[in-house]
Amino acid sequence: MKMTANTKATQFGMKSLLALTIAAVGTMVGVAHAQDGAIKDPERTHYYEVFKGKRVVFVPVFMGLDLTEGWSKIMTIQAKRLGYNYEVRNANFDTSAGVQILTQLLSEKPKPDVVVIQNPDVTSYAKLEKRMEDAGIRVIQLNMKSLTSTTGFAGADATVIGETQAEWVVKQCGPNTSRKVLILNGPTTAPWTVYMQEGYNNVLSKNPDIKVVARQSIGNYDSSKAKSITEVTLKQHPDLCAIMGVWDIPDLATGSAVKDAGKSGKVLVSTSGGGGEVACKGLQTKAFDHYVSYDVPGQGRDVNDLIQMALQLNDQPGKVKVAHYTPLSVFTQADVASHKCWTLDTLN
Amino acid sequence: MQSLNKKIRFKTDQQMIVLLISLIIFVIFSFTLSNFFSAGNLIAMMRSIAVLAILGLGMAIVVIGRGIDLSMVALMAVPTALVMTLVESGVGLALSIMVGVAFAIVVGVINGVLVAYAEIPALFVTLAMGLVLAGLGQVGILKADMVSWPEGMDPVRWIGGSNVFGVPSSVLVAAAMFLFVNWFLRKTKIGRFIYSIGDNPNTARTTGIFVRPIMVLQYVLAALIAVLAGLVMASSNNLMDTRIYNLSLIYDIILVVVLGGVGLSGGRGGVWSVLVGTLLVGIVFNGMTIMNFPLDIQDLFKGIILLIAVIVDSFLNPRNEETGQQGDI
Repeated sequence: MKMTANTKATQFGMKSLLALTIAAVGTMVGVAHAQDGAIKDPERTHYYEVFKGKRVVFVPVFMGLDLTEGWSKIMTIQAKRLGYNYEVRNANFDTSAGVQILTQLLSEKPKPDVVVIQNPDVTSYAKLEKRMEDAGIRVIQLNMKSLTSTTGFAGADATVIGETQAEWVVKQCGPNTSRKVLILNGPTTAPWTVYMQEGYNNVLSKNPDIKVVARQSIGNYDSSKAKSITEVTLKQHPDLCAIMGVWDIPDLATGSAVKDAGKSGKVLVSTSGGGGEVACKGLQTKAFDHYVSYDVPGQGRDVNDLIQMALQLNDQPGKVKVAHYTPLSVFTQADVASHKCWTLDTLN
Repeated sequence: MQSLNKKIRFKTDQQMIVLLISLIIFVIFSFTLSNFFSAGNLIAMMRSIAVLAILGLGMAIVVIGRGIDLSMVALMAVPTALVMTLVESGVGLALSIMVGVAFAIVVGVINGVLVAYAEIPALFVTLAMGLVLAGLGQVGILKADMVSWPEGMDPVRWIGGSNVFGVPSSVLVAAAMFLFVNWFLRKTKIGRFIYSIGDNPNTARTTGIFVRPIMVLQYVLAALIAVLAGLVMASSNNLMDTRIYNLSLIYDIILVVVLGGVGLSGGRGGVWSVLVGTLLVGIVFNGMTIMNFPLDIQDLFKGIILLIAVIVDSFLNPRNEETGQQGDI
């Protein structure tokens, strides 16, 4: 019995030796092979296979803005690189058109795998987004968030933008100034407005000396409205200290109202945006004094990463929920030269 | 006796009612709001309604001739943005402006021909044309929806971006347009013909007026005035935001036109109607901004004022059953 056991052990030893030899030879062949070319990355094939024939749809609030065009260009580039289909369905600043687009996407065959949505407000798309995820379509929200959390969110933390603006304004409007501030909001229920207000309030509640003389909505980011409200407020409060605007494009008009009143540099304008050409132009022409950038190229990369992740996930949507809040950066007139403001042509 | 009668009737028309309402609100605001009645604020108020007034004048010409031009906002935004894009890309200023104006004229002619010769209702033609223009701007001729004022256009910046003795140039342009349109409608033959066409196109044709060419002219004039408004707006705001097409500006234009008593059924009203309509809207908005009313409430007020004006008008000037026209009795 003992003998047999020994023999078995020997046999086993022989077998493993043989296996080892084969493995060693194999490895050597492999190494030799690797020396003339490369090692096959086991992940690669699977990775590229996953994207084939997949369908990603972007539903922006409105194309034609530096933000949406920038994101879309970056998403197009990745779609081409990885070989999935990418299309844009423009809601054209019309919420009901947007709802219709989403409803149609729900019933389309083949259904999209990922839908990237920029929400016009916090509620309109919220239920539909949940229905889409239930139906197996992954939803990634871009920059403007609804009340529903979905597979992914990439975008700026509007509350932090508000806080950053307000903190700067508090610092500038010290005891030697009137401490009067004008706040210009976007549409009343837009995520941007709602979350940014929270940011303003977080800071202003700790600084009761700052007097908010008016808090006005400029409608659908309407430049003319921004200008006329600023003009009227400046006449009422010629000693106004600062203006906190909602977005760079209408705030160019805010800045020009300040300039027309001959108060450039005295009435400070703080605004935010994607850090594109408008940012540099606004700072160079002294329309803005303070600019919080949420870096569209960076956001494009974030949303692209989320699309990749969403396409690689196998389980039912709803289990994974990831948020990428964009790191913000601040531009001022003094350091504008050191920032590179992107244009559509520089995105690649 | 007859002249007295005429006087009383003049006093009770919509234009006078709106003027009266404006005056009452103006007096109330002057006493209750600090800084409302100050030169600075009144100038700011006029500046904020200057573009609206210019557009209102263009719309008035069309509406008096029994039409409507819903493409005016697109006509203001797209050709102006085209001019700015061309200048930015290095085309000469004069040539760019000519291209923009020619573009607007072509669109105006198409509008007019479809309404006057093809006899498609103006509402549909101009609504569609507005969409076409906005679409063209988005997909074809413009690089971005937001075009900022190029430095190459600084020679014409004075049109809306300067001051003459403290009065903004946009207000002066609006005033000049008031005089011009008033002269055109009241003193020229074609202007009088527009009234008669608006009052009754069939009668106008029977009496030998070239109804169709004049209708085409109305739309061309509206298009040209829209481009002027666009240049004023762009130079004043430092950019042309073609998204304005999607905002509620077109309703504001119709509001100031109808509010002042230019009947949508044609033939009634004039530049004074546009003036009082614009003033009322300007005063109310200025006051509400000073009071820090939210925008939604401002819109609500705007709607209520329009409703009141229309209701009062239909009581004072009942519809004539024979002609189907209001105010013929």
